[in-house]
Amino acid sequence: MSKELIRLSGVSVAFDGEIVLDDMNIHFNDKEFLTLLGPSGCGKTTTLRIIGGFLVPTAGDVFFDNVRINNVPPHKRQVNTVFQKYALFPHLNVFENIAFGLHLVRPKLSKKEIHDRVMEMLEIVSLKGFENRSVSLLSGGQQQRVAIARALVNRPRVLLLDEPLGALDLRLRKDMQNELKRIQQAMEITFIYVTHDQEEALAMSDTVVVMNEGKIQQIGTPEDIYNEPENAFVADFIGESNIVDGFMCADKVVEIFGRKFECVDGGFAPNEPVDVVIRPEDVDIVPEKDGMLTGTVTNITFKGVHYDIIVDFKGFKWLIQSTDPSPVGAKIGIKIDPDGFHIMKKSRYSGMFGDYSSYSAEYDEIGDLEYEPSENEAELEEEMRYDF
Amino acid sequence: MTSKTRFLSIPYVVWMAIFVVVPIIMVVVYAFTAHDGSFTVDNFRGMTDYISVFGRSFYLALIATVLCIILGYPLALVLSREGPRLQRVFVMLIMLPMWMNFLLRTYAWMSILEDTGLLNALLTKLGLPPIKIINTSGAVVLGMVYNYLPFMVLPIYSVVSKLDRRLVEAAEDLGANPFMVFLKLIFPLSLPGVLSGITMVFVPSVSTFAISQLLGGSKNLLLGDLIEMQFLGSAYNPHLGSAIALVMMIIVVICMYVMNKFGEGEETAVVL
Repeated sequence: MSKELIRLSGVSVAFDGEIVLDDMNIHFNDKEFLTLLGPSGCGKTTTLRIIGGFLVPTAGDVFFDNVRINNVPPHKRQVNTVFQKYALFPHLNVFENIAFGLHLVRPKLSKKEIHDRVMEMLEIVSLKGFENRSVSLLSGGQQQRVAIARALVNRPRVLLLDEPLGALDLRLRKDMQNELKRIQQAMEITFIYVTHDQEEALAMSDTVVVMNEGKIQQIGTPEDIYNEPENAFVADFIGESNIVDGFMCADKVVEIFGRKFECVDGGFAPNEPVDVVIRPEDVDIVPEKDGMLTGTVTNITFKGVHYDIIVDFKGFKWLIQSTDPSPVGAKIGIKIDPDGFHIMKKSRYSGMFGDYSSYSAEYDEIGDLEYEPSENEAELEEEMRYDF
Repeated sequence: MTSKTRFLSIPYVVWMAIFVVVPIIMVVVYAFTAHDGSFTVDNFRGMTDYISVFGRSFYLALIATVLCIILGYPLALVLSREGPRLQRVFVMLIMLPMWMNFLLRTYAWMSILEDTGLLNALLTKLGLPPIKIINTSGAVVLGMVYNYLPFMVLPIYSVVSKLDRRLVEAAEDLGANPFMVFLKLIFPLSLPGVLSGITMVFVPSVSTFAISQLLGGSKNLLLGDLIEMQFLGSAYNPHLGSAIALVMMIIVVICMYVMNKFGEGEETAVVL
């Protein structure tokens, strides 16, 4: 386990009495790729701005290497940021944009050293030969790379990335994900990455922090977050989930729909009400007579690698993913292995997620559209008075 | 613009032809002809007598422009960082004098600066010796700065107030202290506004005649006065007047060209 680098301790932020971050406690380890994941307005960008020094928390402390840095201005912090929409300097070309930070280093760096370091960064972000281009003539992906190079050339200990891939198209986004992971491993520094895209978060991160409404919902590895969600919000936000009410009859026995099933979880009080998560890919479709539960297919959509099948169980609709189609109206049975049930304690999110009654075939496109150019526009405006 | 909608610009093109192109041609024709209508360059030769007027005009306009930058830039910058309500009030206050008649404003300065005017009355009250300011070049510069300062402040203000706050954060993030943020980011990005401001202050200052007549007296003859004399005054000579106007225009255009070269890479300033 690498050592702790940044700690937020009891950090709260409120704008005009509205709480944006609520008593946040978290630490960031050296050299890890950590992602703050959550929907718009969950406080993830606010958290990043606190670390960057653009925002002083209303309450609580920020530590960097065990030194309290609440009031250290951004230009004195050993962190650099890749901004949403890049914020490249329009009056400078690619080379000068990247060299911007180097020119500010005191004692002054030699011309040669600046040149060498910029060229090295251009190499790393695969932009060799672009040094004299105007930044306004670059494509989105190229501007993105300049923004990364500009932030990394100062050799920060931490790189903050605020939805850096949000404006790119899907294909480019996938390429850049790999690129970012490669750069992070090559430079051996901490990346703190903000996104609302769960797939992106799972693919790149060592640690994922799921946030909602200014609070941390869960911290864990991508596998933990996906396989062992702590509450209905996390289960629903990460991937697709059927979430149903149930009771723990005993350790390793859960009751849903009045039927007992074998599971692998334990440690609950007898007959404790719980939320049961069943991932769509953990459900097998079998002939009606062999099923643990039986239901009726109400919708089927071809998704490429699998079919999305909506099945009605006594009025509660589940999403099941299967490589074999079942016609609408068919009576089917399902089978779930014991490790297909994931049991969660009841939380304030219980009953809010995990029902596919209002299923629409566009669910994942809707997820993509959720991107807004800037999270919490109002919140940013608030602190964006010129105070330089 | 598509060719179909191009005809919409015809009224203005006609207007330009009648009131811009034709007058310039007339000025050129007058400048190169004598009273009898024959071609001559004597009008330009005769101008050598007025080199000191040229010098004084450009010198005073330059001083006024520099003073406007020194006064106007910080104001525009500070203003752009204030809350929206205060910004509106201030922009209003900056524009307010411009809605008052130009001559009236300048007459007001006369009565302030006169030997027995408000300023000296105040100084005497405070037990200080009166100062001689009316009919000096100082009074002329003061009049220019007072009248044209808004034309410096507003273009700079409009550029810096639109500056993306994220760029400032990016510069801070990369290690720039507030001074460096200004030097490396805000100032270069505000240059188009400064260049526009320079044009809008310098050009009217060079060619003014009212300010110099009212505040500068007979000793501070400027190009504008000289040209006016050739058309309306005792020295009636529209041919010489046109020649002076033409030379002045050429010098101004050269100045603006050089300045825009200096600001190359930025958006070019509006050449009035």
